[in-house]
Amino acid sequence: MATRLKEVDAVMVGMGWTGAIMAREFTKVGLNVVGLERGQDHIPGNDFMLPNLRDELRYAARLELMQDNSLDTITFRNAPDEFGLPIRRFGAFLPGEGVGGSGNHWGGLHWRFLPTDFRIRSVLTERYGASAIPDDMTIADWPVSYDELEPHYDRFDKLCGVSGKAGNLRGQVIEGGNVFEGPRSDEYPNKPLKSSAGGLLMSDAAKRLGYHPFPIPVSNSSAPYTNPEGVTLGGCQYCGFCNRTACEANAKASSVTTLMPVLRADPRFELRTRAFVSRLVYDKAGRRVTGVVYTDLRNGEEYEQPAGIVVLSAYVFGNTQFLLLAGIGEPYDRATGKGVVGKNYAYQFEAGAVAFFEDRELNSYMGAPGQLVCIDDFNGENFDHGGLGFFGGGYFAGGSGGSAPIYGRATPHGTPRWGSEWKQATVKWYNHFVRFNTQGSVYANRDNYLDLDPTYRDALGRPLIRLTYNATDNDHKMSRYLLEKLEGIIRAMNPTSYEMHPRPKNFSIVPYQSTHNTGGTMMGSDPKSSVVNRYLQTWDAHNLFIQGASVFPQQHGYNPTGTVGALCYWSAQAIINKYLKSPGPLVQA
Amino acid sequence: MADDNIPRRTFLVGAGAAGSAAVTGVTASPVVAAADSAPAPVATAQPDAWLTLNPTEAAFVMAVVDTLIPADELTPSGSACGVATFIDRQLAGAYGSGARLYRDGPFLKGKPEHGYQLALTPRDYFRAGIAATNDWVRKRHGKDFDRLGEAEREAALKEMEQGKAEFPGFSSKEFFEALLTITMEGFFSDPIYGGNRDMASWKMVGYPGLPASYRDDVKTYFNKKYDKPPQSIADFV
Ligand SMILES: Cc1cc2nc3c(=O)[nH]c(=O)nc-3n(C[C@H](O)[C@H](O)[C@H](O)COP(=O)(O)OP(=O)(O)OC[C@H]3O[C@@H](n4cnc5c(N)ncnc54)[C@H](O)[C@@H]3O)c2cc1C
Repeated sequence: MATRLKEVDAVMVGMGWTGAIMAREFTKVGLNVVGLERGQDHIPGNDFMLPNLRDELRYAARLELMQDNSLDTITFRNAPDEFGLPIRRFGAFLPGEGVGGSGNHWGGLHWRFLPTDFRIRSVLTERYGASAIPDDMTIADWPVSYDELEPHYDRFDKLCGVSGKAGNLRGQVIEGGNVFEGPRSDEYPNKPLKSSAGGLLMSDAAKRLGYHPFPIPVSNSSAPYTNPEGVTLGGCQYCGFCNRTACEANAKASSVTTLMPVLRADPRFELRTRAFVSRLVYDKAGRRVTGVVYTDLRNGEEYEQPAGIVVLSAYVFGNTQFLLLAGIGEPYDRATGKGVVGKNYAYQFEAGAVAFFEDRELNSYMGAPGQLVCIDDFNGENFDHGGLGFFGGGYFAGGSGGSAPIYGRATPHGTPRWGSEWKQATVKWYNHFVRFNTQGSVYANRDNYLDLDPTYRDALGRPLIRLTYNATDNDHKMSRYLLEKLEGIIRAMNPTSYEMHPRPKNFSIVPYQSTHNTGGTMMGSDPKSSVVNRYLQTWDAHNLFIQGASVFPQQHGYNPTGTVGALCYWSAQAIINKYLKSPGPLVQA
Repeated sequence: MADDNIPRRTFLVGAGAAGSAAVTGVTASPVVAAADSAPAPVATAQPDAWLTLNPTEAAFVMAVVDTLIPADELTPSGSACGVATFIDRQLAGAYGSGARLYRDGPFLKGKPEHGYQLALTPRDYFRAGIAATNDWVRKRHGKDFDRLGEAEREAALKEMEQGKAEFPGFSSKEFFEALLTITMEGFFSDPIYGGNRDMASWKMVGYPGLPASYRDDVKTYFNKKYDKPPQSIADFV
């Protein structure tokens, strides 16, 4: 029997990016909040220090900051008629664990979606006719617009001290920034990072071809910066270790660097680590949850934590799993197309290229992801899809930097992978290549979804979440088109040689692609077609709010976290201004 | 004879005396020949003691890393760079015993897209792979992998890499990939793990290691070769 604890105003399930934002918004208005996190605490001045952070083996190869697969994982299959097998060690994506979540080791590429992305089904229908959208493409409009989210995007930018250059300030288009972006109410809080030599080569070529290059926006402050919470971030050291590692300079924004210092000092907030939440307590008749049950991994005891408001902030897979286990919302049934929980799982469809430049010293190991240069000319509806046979798109990024030697080496195709000849080629090219990436959208498909696995279980005995996902023809076509355009830019850079890296037909769990998983608890305007309403409140339990990319109806051609953060602030505002005054559904079904 | 110019291990113990491997001199070389082996083992830099690899496995790992990373004008051999030591330590530690690996059954055969699906820990997987490779090599050459000449070792690894080597009930290609991955990890990781001795690989490619704070360097060395010698984590403690 679980020990019943004293009720609190709100409980967060997971203390990564979204858990911390919500906790902070709640404590600010006087609520007592408990943050439950199954991983360890992370104290930057103790856990994220030099020299040990600069350890590619520990962090990039052995994945120290990632979810421990031995306690919990997910199962995977490419198609509904296959048997799902557990991901025994994460590869394609790397969910984080511990206070800060994936935010500790993210790359920090910080984007907003396009205004048209939020109305994608309507826009495609207007432009190409309803019949142009394939039956199995289950994309949906968002129940919130870019304009509504804009102030919240702006708040999140300022919290993180994003470095970048505006391309659209209050409607005025500015060359040198992203001219395709939606209107911003304010300039980025920090100037862009210094672009890498490789990035500038790409920039020149792209300009010559009539495209619109700009420095990538990144949650990595280019100079010391104090955010509106009063927390000071350091300036980026261009170390090259952003991805998979944390930041000793506190330049990379994470909840640990931007919010936890404030929360830790706030008596209204209590952090409990090694608290593995197993389930929600659902009062179906009352249409609310009464709290959560967790196991304290330090003593094996089970506790029930009653709460007035429950926030699911346990990343895409965890969020969806909690609803399926509790029976909240109708599970998606792929055969009938009915039901919503688990529906519209999506991902990022990345492909890439590498180009070699014999005569240039590119120091490929130096530098941050923020030194990339990108173009957005082939994202979303920034280009005409008439006659192309696919929908969607993505941005292209290119640059040199961040190539530590275990994973960051590149040699031209056909070079042996070992032996003396391999060594010579490695020496010849290590400092002389530029990498490119196309960050493609994934438009939801009927066959891509999440449900509970019938066979495998986690350390607490719960069924694992099962991922059924494969790349669709639409996304392959989209990606090939982007690669063709990218190839044009690369040729114009005049490299010694280059090669394009299209994605193989089947999605594989093995090589790293992207931790941009989305969907499973999609937001929408009615309970038939969505799990949460426009304020991220579940239709079936009015005090249960779901945060994170699990609420995305589909994934667009950008990294997700900028939008994830904006949605948190948007949702928090509705909870504080409306829900606390009269608890109940914020949107009538 | 083809074997004439193979590097051999230092002969430390007599046949059948494998248990006395601890008797080592300054070169600290406890690797012992398999009991049935005639040729004498050789001196290459090795650990003071192996943590988990048995003598046959240690000889195998040394031979593999020296073939994947041969001594040449760029660096000493893989084992002289400590890569065999690295592999031994990795397999003896948390990684080798399957830390962070989901190990609940049922264990079913998957597609390549499913990634690793075996019940074996990395330590046991390498044990099985080494045995399978040696069995296969013995059938063709009458001796273990480490006793092959350089050209034969290369040829054997190439066959495994291309998936042409048929190991009964075991994927030679997957095992080759596991060997290549852990060898490269050992060669290029920070020397604190036992490999990349003297930062040989970092010097080879021009990777400066630590502290990797390039805030000014990104400007100073823009389009210019970086010329500072590398430093390891150990240089900062
Ligand atoms: C290598 C890498 C690079 C990335 N780069 C980028 C990038 O450049 N740009 C971008 O936009 N995004 C990037 N991302 C994605 C980004 O990190 C996530 O979108 C973001 O962290 C999601 O926030 P979240 O709060 O939903 O989840 P998280 O930050 O992951 O937090 C979830 C937390 O919940 C905890 N938890 C889960 N289940 C339970 C449970 N049952 N009980 C208790 N606690 C639980 C977890 O331990 C974790 O701490 C990257 C991710 C990775 C892994």
